[in-house]
Amino acid sequence: MSITLDSKIPSGPVPSKWSRYRQDMKLVNPANKRKFNVIVVGTGLAGASAAATLGELGYQVKAFCFQDSPRRAHSIAAQGGINAAKNYRNDGDSIYRLFYDTIKGGDFRAREANVHRLAEVSVNIIDQCVAQGVPFAREYSGLLDNRSFGGAQVSRTFYARGQTGQQLLIGAYQALERQIAAGTVEMHARTELLDIVLVDGHARGIITRNLVTGKIEAYAAAAVVLATGGYGNVFYLSTNAKGCNVTATWRAHKKGALFANPCYTQIHPTCIPVSGDHQSKLTLMSESLRNDGRVWVPKRLEDCGKPASSIAESDRDYYLERKYPSYGNLAPRDIASRAAKQVCDDGRGVGPGGRGVYLDFADSIRRLGENKIRERYGNLFDMYRQITGENAYQQPMRMYPAIHYTMGGLWVDYELMSNVPGLFVIGEANFSDHGANRLGASALMQGLADGYFVLPQTIGGYFAASKNGEVSVDRPEFRQAIEDVETRINKLLSINGKKTVTEFHRELGKLMWDDVGMARTKDSLQQALKRIPELRNEFWENVNVLGGGLELNQALEQAGRVADFLEFGELLAYDAMQREESCGGHFREEYQTEDGEALRNDGEYAFVSAWEHKGVDQFPVLHKEPLVYEEVKMAQRSYK
Amino acid sequence: MNLTLRVWRQKSSASAGQFVTYDAHDISPDMSFLEMIDVVNDRLIKKGEEQIAFDHDCREGICGMCSLVINGTPHGPLQTTTCQLHMRSFKDGETITIEPWRAGPFPVLRDLVVDRSAFDRIIQSGGYVSVSTGGAPDGNAIPVPKADADRAFDAATCIGCGACVAACKNASAMLFVSAKVSHLSLLPQGRVEEERRALQMVAKMDEEGFGNCTNTGSCEAACPKGISLDNIARMNRIYAKALIKNSVG
Ligand SMILES: Cc1cc2nc3c(=O)[nH]c(=O)nc-3n(C[C@H](O)[C@H](O)[C@H](O)COP(=O)(O)OP(=O)(O)OC[C@H]3O[C@@H](n4cnc5c(N)ncnc54)[C@H](O)[C@@H]3O)c2cc1C
Ligand code: FES
Repeated sequence: MSITLDSKIPSGPVPSKWSRYRQDMKLVNPANKRKFNVIVVGTGLAGASAAATLGELGYQVKAFCFQDSPRRAHSIAAQGGINAAKNYRNDGDSIYRLFYDTIKGGDFRAREANVHRLAEVSVNIIDQCVAQGVPFAREYSGLLDNRSFGGAQVSRTFYARGQTGQQLLIGAYQALERQIAAGTVEMHARTELLDIVLVDGHARGIITRNLVTGKIEAYAAAAVVLATGGYGNVFYLSTNAKGCNVTATWRAHKKGALFANPCYTQIHPTCIPVSGDHQSKLTLMSESLRNDGRVWVPKRLEDCGKPASSIAESDRDYYLERKYPSYGNLAPRDIASRAAKQVCDDGRGVGPGGRGVYLDFADSIRRLGENKIRERYGNLFDMYRQITGENAYQQPMRMYPAIHYTMGGLWVDYELMSNVPGLFVIGEANFSDHGANRLGASALMQGLADGYFVLPQTIGGYFAASKNGEVSVDRPEFRQAIEDVETRINKLLSINGKKTVTEFHRELGKLMWDDVGMARTKDSLQQALKRIPELRNEFWENVNVLGGGLELNQALEQAGRVADFLEFGELLAYDAMQREESCGGHFREEYQTEDGEALRNDGEYAFVSAWEHKGVDQFPVLHKEPLVYEEVKMAQRSYK
Repeated sequence: MNLTLRVWRQKSSASAGQFVTYDAHDISPDMSFLEMIDVVNDRLIKKGEEQIAFDHDCREGICGMCSLVINGTPHGPLQTTTCQLHMRSFKDGETITIEPWRAGPFPVLRDLVVDRSAFDRIIQSGGYVSVSTGGAPDGNAIPVPKADADRAFDAATCIGCGACVAACKNASAMLFVSAKVSHLSLLPQGRVEEERRALQMVAKMDEEGFGNCTNTGSCEAACPKGISLDNIARMNRIYAKALIKNSVG
């Protein structure tokens, strides 16, 4: 298959591309929509909003998720808020400013046209959610409240206490349940996608496993939408929910869809550190804490084991304030994360294993009083105490960076369709809008923009133009795919080795974190590229998956996901190796400024890396989509 | 710490279940309850025994997926979710009994995993505002008094875990249903349909086999999110009003 990357960006000035696109778009007449079946895999913010909206428009939708209900998708865990260019504060915000901040925040590695569209529809998202009954924070006037977030000088973040993701997802979930009741959406919960089926080069169906009965089933449709979230769990420990996986996008990749920018991974500086080998996930502590907390470690190695209170002021190194005097403790996420790693690498970390830094509120408590701090962050202090058993009003919190979000994903064009016709990808699963780094409160915005406002329009254009007739799951393509899935499951169940799936996952995660994590070098990446295939081979010889295929079998579910991570991790490392520059979440130690800032190379690397699969144990092929900036001038980000 | 676990094992909804005793030695007090089970499971696999199945996902107390009855109490001794419970809440040498939610409308699928799809079906019966994408008025077009928005949020914070049902001797879902009815009724956007919503959701709840509310308050005590009994009172008012209107025609 020869691949040409056509981003299908409409012509004309950037700010008018989306309206022009909609004017020119072919439409499907209302009576005909009923004839089109759409499969939506994933019902987080992106998938639930898309499935509900497609159902409202009259399409016949089948939606899938692996949890027991769409309401439990990982989107539920988002805390801080959602951006929108409403300019309710009258503080100078505009669609253009949100567009510009997002492009700059992404370190000039995102597509202008997509980002501008995102900023345009951001305002509709808030209106839609309010109409659904999302209880956003309000002021005494009864109007919507805003807060500010990193990477912006305006207050444009809408929020619902520390549970914005939950409230937005419940809104989308309820819209989805309404369509289920109306009969336009058929929901399949506790069902996992295990393969994509192509007929004549078009995505025409999926193969799933019913997670309760174990039954392998085939579903056919006119198009397939993937909304299956990010791949942060390739690092084993992350702030993602335990079930987050790369399986759906990886299987699509193996069927021909290009995977873009896998090396763009975001690390959040303030997470509760690992407490032991048993650790199963990491918990994020909101970025807002750095407004009142001061970050430090002991100056001397020998002080690191001592209680914080016994270390004199003069023996403390407030390293962020020292290194970045103007930004101090509010240095951007990537900078703060790398600085924490550095002091811990020097042996000056605190807490178990020496992987932690202090976030100290003592000064603020002295200045503002404990009550004020409780008012601002009470729920976070409670959560911290629940997890660590420590009282952060009396002793500093311990923090360490953790994997949090993945900017990379399947390559999509302006219409959110991958290079495989009929295969659409939305939400965190695609690579589209965040470039090399995502700004806070922008993932929720993108998921809902894709699901409510973009995909339901663009997919109509595809249907209007395509001549696809109906396909039946009796076709050989479906039968072959079922057979492949069954063979793989039987293989997993018959290895009977000595190690558990979790042991492999943990080992892969450690390797990824050490060699392909916060700071990457050519050597570390070479090391990873050698060890990942070794670990993968060992997995297929020595993993132990008990039980049968035709039953509820959580070990088998996990084994399938880890097997995919063991292939995907290698691609991530290839991508990191290939990109000989530092940008956003991708930091190559060889490419930094004197102050340790990411050093981009716009001359050679202003492109999207889109990888083509050539087989496991084969080199993938790189396709490049050049990034052309018409509206914004590329510049080095500065935090000084 | 060293603990003894009595765990409910049940191969499928069709088969009978029983308690099986496991030894959980060398457990760190810093582990979450689910991490403790992870450790026990890894050891079971090493011995060639199938792991204990249990539901979980976010492990942050927000998705509502985790669901264990620990020593007779849904989500265990603290008013939080099982995933946020840590082993330091238990004593060294203790025996801990772990069971699935026990309620007719939540059949056991395997071991500690139950089927809670009845909750989704109750939402389908009316737990939404009937608004389609597009055409919504400006977000600030309808001001909502802050106090109402805050109370709506308090009700909307329900995570749909089902602990209220598991705690209730009648397996009533009143706290869950009333939290949704309250959330939407407290906002002008949702008030328009409140009567129809209350009637339909209560009817669906009955149809799914959930029991009546006899005001024992054990649901509120078990709720990890502190959903208040006030919601039930509010829903009863709306429901009564709707019934009267309906009977008058
Ligand atoms: C702790 C935390 C806090 C965050 N806070 C914020 C914030 O304040 N603001 C912000 O903008 N962003 C935030 N984010 C990021 C944001 O929450 C996510 O990027 C976003 O919610 C992803 O939505 P999604 O719909 O793409 O995917 P998800 O919500 O992850 O949904 C994925 C869906 O796919 C399904 N699925 C996955 N694989 C399969 C498969 N193989 N078969 C079947 N179904 C499958 C799942 O069941 C699920 O329904 C946060 C993230 C984390 C981890
Ligand atoms: S696992 Fe999500 S609430 Fe416990």
